[in-house]
Amino acid sequence: MELPHLFRTEYRKIVSVLCKRFGFEQVEIAEDIASDTFLTATQAWGLKGMPENPTAWLYSVAKNKAKNYLQRSTFFEDKISAELKNSSAEIMETDIDLSPQNINDSQLQMMFTICHPAISGESQVGLSLRILCGFGIEEIADAFLTNKETINKRLFRAKEKLREEGIKIEFPAPAEIEQRLETVLTTIYLLFNEGYTKLRKEICLEAIRLCIMLVENSDTNTPPVNALLALMCFHASRFEARSGKNGELILYEEQDTSLWNADLISKGGYFLRNSASGKVTRYHLEAGIAYWHTQKEDTKEKWEKILQNYNRLLQIAYSPVAALNRTYALSKANGKQEAILAAEKLELTDHHLYYALLGELYTGINNTTAKAHFTQAISLAKNKAEQEALLRKMNLL
Amino acid sequence: MDEYIILMRLDLLTKEAQPSPEQMQVYMKQYQDWVGGIAAQNKFKGGTGLSTEGKVLKNDLVTDGPYVDIKESIAGFITITAKDFDEAVKIARECPILKGEGNTVEVRKIVSVHNQQ
Repeated sequence: MELPHLFRTEYRKIVSVLCKRFGFEQVEIAEDIASDTFLTATQAWGLKGMPENPTAWLYSVAKNKAKNYLQRSTFFEDKISAELKNSSAEIMETDIDLSPQNINDSQLQMMFTICHPAISGESQVGLSLRILCGFGIEEIADAFLTNKETINKRLFRAKEKLREEGIKIEFPAPAEIEQRLETVLTTIYLLFNEGYTKLRKEICLEAIRLCIMLVENSDTNTPPVNALLALMCFHASRFEARSGKNGELILYEEQDTSLWNADLISKGGYFLRNSASGKVTRYHLEAGIAYWHTQKEDTKEKWEKILQNYNRLLQIAYSPVAALNRTYALSKANGKQEAILAAEKLELTDHHLYYALLGELYTGINNTTAKAHFTQAISLAKNKAEQEALLRKMNLL
Repeated sequence: MDEYIILMRLDLLTKEAQPSPEQMQVYMKQYQDWVGGIAAQNKFKGGTGLSTEGKVLKNDLVTDGPYVDIKESIAGFITITAKDFDEAVKIARECPILKGEGNTVEVRKIVSVHNQQ
C-alpha cells in the first residue's frame, strides 16, 4: 500500500471521527490534524520506511495529535473555568474512538452533514471531494475547471454556512432520511459525473465507495441507493475502454469491448436487482440504460429498451444530454429518418453534442450535411478530447 | 410559454374495440415514443392514465361510468407547454391514438380561475 492510496482511504476517516468528536464548527482543526498526520507520515516513513501496520500507525499519530489539541484547548478552557480541571488523558483515550464501527458511522454522518440542503450542490460536491475524498484544493479546482482561490472561497463559505446553521454531525431522524438521502445521492451522482466526463477514474471510484457505504448501512440501503450504485458500476465498467494511450476520448462504438470490466458489470447487475422495489427513480432508469450499454451485441431489443428508458427518464428529469441521447437511441430503434425529424425539434443549437448528433444521423444519408454538422460541433466543443473524437468521426466520411 | 392539456378519448366500452395484449404493447410503445419526444423538447409537464371505471354525478343522480351515453371516454391526458395553440395542436396531431378509428384528441389551454393577473 502506498501513501497516496492510504491518504485517499484514511484521510476522510480521520477527519470524520475527529470532526464528530469536536463538532462541525471545528472542521478545519480536524482537517489540519488529518493533514498533519500525513505530513508526519511522509517524513517518518521517508526516513525509516513504512511501518508494519500503516493504518494503525496513522490512527495512533492522529489520536496523539488530537489529544494534544484537546489538552491545549482544555488548558485554555481551564483558565476560564477551573472546574473542568480534572479531565484526564485517560478519558480522552476512549474519547477519540477509532473503532471500525465509529469510523463508519462518523463517515456516513459526515456525508449527511456535507450534503445538507443549506448549501449549494456545487459546494456539496466540493466539500465531499475535500473532506470525504481527501482531494487537494488544486485537484478540486481542476475538476471544476476553475482556480484555487475560487475553490478556497467556496469551501470556506460552505463551512461557514454549515456552522451558522448549527448543523450537527449525526444521522437525520428516520422520517427525514429518505429526503436527505436524495441530496446525498445527487452529490454522489455529481461527483461520479465529474470524474466520468473528465476521464478521472479515481473520482469515480470515490463516488462508488461512498455509495457502497450507504448500501452497507441498513438505514440507508434503499432501492434508489442500489440503483445509483448499479448505474455507477455499469458506467465504470467501461472506464478502461473510454480513453486511449494519449488520454484521448474513445467513443462508445469504437471501444475495445474486451477492456470492459466483467466484474463491475456483474456487480452492477446485483445492485440493480436489489433496487427493484418501490418508486422508479431517475437512477433506476439511468441504471437500466447503462445496463443495456454493457450488452455488446447491437440488437434491436437493446436500443428499444434504451429508448423506452430514456422516454420515461425525460418525463421525470429533463436534461439536454438525455434528450440528445434519447434521439440517438430513437435512430437505432426506429431508423434515422424518424430521428432526424425528432432531432430538429430539440432546438439545442448552443450545444456541441446537438451538432454531433445531427452529424451522426446524416452520415450515410447526406454526408455533406453531416460534415457541416460535425464542423459546427467541433467549433463548439469545449475540451480537446471531444474535439479530437469528433474530428476522427468526420474524417471517416 | 403556455400550458395546454391534451385529452385522449378512446372507445373503452365496445368489446371488439379492445386491443389484444400484443397490440396493447405496440400501442404503449408508440405512446411512450410520442410522450418521450415531447419530453425531449422539455415540453412535457405531466399526465396520467385513467381507469375505465367511473361515476358520473348529475345533480342528485349518480350513474356508473363516464361512458353511458357516449362510446368514447377519456382514457388519459397529458399536460404540455407550448408557444401557442398552433404548436400544441401540432404536438397533439402526432398522438398515436389518433390512428385508431373513432378516437379523438382534444387540446385545451389551461387557464387558472385563481389567476391573480
